[in-house]
Amino acid sequence: MPSAAASPPTQDEATIRVRGVVKHYGEVRALDGVDLEATAGTVLGLLGPNGAGKTTAVRVMTTLLKPDAGEIHVAGLDAVRQAAELRERIGLAGQYAAVDENLTGAENLTMVGRLYGMPRAVAKTRAQELLARFDLTDAGSRPARGYSGGMRRRLDLAAALVARPPVLFLDEPTTGLDPRARLAMWETIEGLVADGTTVLLTTQYLDEADRLADRIAVIDRGKVIADGTSDELKDRVGGERLEIHLSDGAQASAVGAALAPMAAEAPFSEDGVVKLSVKQRSGAIVEAVRRLDEAGVGVDDIGLKRPTLDDVFLTLTGHAAEERTDDDDDDREGRR
Amino acid sequence: MRRLVTDTLVIAERNLVRLPRSPDLLLAFTVQPIMFVLLFVYVFGGAISTPGYSYVDFLIPGIIVQNIAFGGFVTALGLNEDLHKGLIDRFRSLPMARPAVLAGRTLADVVTNSLSVCVLVVTGLIIGFNFHASAGEILAGFGILLLFGYAFSWVFALLGLLVSSPESANSLGFIAVFPLTFISSAFVPVDSMPAALQWFADINPFTIVVDAMRALWLGAPAGNSIWGAVVWSLAILVVFAPLAVARYRKTAALR
Repeated sequence: MPSAAASPPTQDEATIRVRGVVKHYGEVRALDGVDLEATAGTVLGLLGPNGAGKTTAVRVMTTLLKPDAGEIHVAGLDAVRQAAELRERIGLAGQYAAVDENLTGAENLTMVGRLYGMPRAVAKTRAQELLARFDLTDAGSRPARGYSGGMRRRLDLAAALVARPPVLFLDEPTTGLDPRARLAMWETIEGLVADGTTVLLTTQYLDEADRLADRIAVIDRGKVIADGTSDELKDRVGGERLEIHLSDGAQASAVGAALAPMAAEAPFSEDGVVKLSVKQRSGAIVEAVRRLDEAGVGVDDIGLKRPTLDDVFLTLTGHAAEERTDDDDDDREGRR
Repeated sequence: MRRLVTDTLVIAERNLVRLPRSPDLLLAFTVQPIMFVLLFVYVFGGAISTPGYSYVDFLIPGIIVQNIAFGGFVTALGLNEDLHKGLIDRFRSLPMARPAVLAGRTLADVVTNSLSVCVLVVTGLIIGFNFHASAGEILAGFGILLLFGYAFSWVFALLGLLVSSPESANSLGFIAVFPLTFISSAFVPVDSMPAALQWFADINPFTIVVDAMRALWLGAPAGNSIWGAVVWSLAILVVFAPLAVARYRKTAALR
């Protein structure tokens, strides 16, 4: 019988490597030559709007779909040729919180444990451990039907962790959660990563990728259009900007003139706020305040702001991250 | 192989522990068949002539076969719900035996079908049904019922994986099963039907299974019906189980 601990984990095992993966649904190219890489113990964020191909990417990496072309290695195993072995090394939790509503929390986890090949007693013990860890001990003996959205999501994540997989796939783990449950989920994921789990996380939330992911791959229309650390992506959009809130919006043009020597490009102003890329970060605020003071411009607030991932997405794709496209396609992706 | 057996049992257990928690499902397995027996016997019974048998004796084997054909609906609806809820994705991401999700479902149907058959037999006995058979023949009758019901569960398993919603599983299932069971010897003698229907009824597997049940439980002439019922059941199983498993391997979540 295959066991969850077939061989000791090696350095290479907890990694994800995807090369040139293509997946069609009829005419639609859901994945159009995707490359991804995650090193052991890190979080790779797959960031993109609905229908970008995130769910399809997760489905090919978790052996649920066969790619039409390309190579996928997860935990050192080929996702097509070694699919059965790979399933012992991965955990999958999704936005649809796949738990059996008619079973209790404990029964759900015990069932998953037994389907990983654990004897009943071991699966039961593991279920109780996970219920305790996810703050579900009291709810564990009640059918999941009565759980809140956050509780269901925690149970779903617990189910993905039953066999202590070295690689975890989380498909939009916080979509639809209230802010408190979302924060709790973030902390849980951070805890898992601290324990050495490699996580691939899809999200359409920029703040989520920013907070959790070591590296981010921005995906749009089935292609990875950028990847790197959050900082690297922000740098691609340009450096830091000086943001000046004026006491009197009419003085915006005076600001442009006063700060022209230190500006990297023409300033942008709107509603009494002037944004301006600076040539040099150090001393920029002091210099700007001095120049504005000399020019007699009243300032309410001034600061150096890094571009957000929102700016990144807008610059890279020409459309906002959370804009919904007409052909709403995570739906279509889900079907065969 | 051992993995297939344990995984199948785990899934069967999953589908059975929910039963006591869903009163509506339990009603479907118990009260609904009783209601049909009472309606047929007391509403139609007086108007249907069944030479050689009282209508209760004639009806009970027929209605049990019809009931068992509908038993697989739970599989179709349950699998379709699992698709929508993402549970099939979870199962497919686990290192479990591929056919176990379907085999466990259909195995659970055998248990619920047994429950339904017992309820119907007891109801029949209360309102006047009599076995004209040895203990061995009665048991053989149970065996054929459960085998036929099991084979039909695989038809429903395929249906549940093919349709887009539980509602369409429901209507497609009814459209397929109702004519099959009604244009058979289940409720009326076949020779009372128009010629075209008689032709269909005679080759209908439901007629063959119902005739086998009457041969075993009432001592009616068996003809080829008993081995015919077994062959039909095995043929349905051999065709539909691989089709359903192949479909399951390729299936994706519906959302």
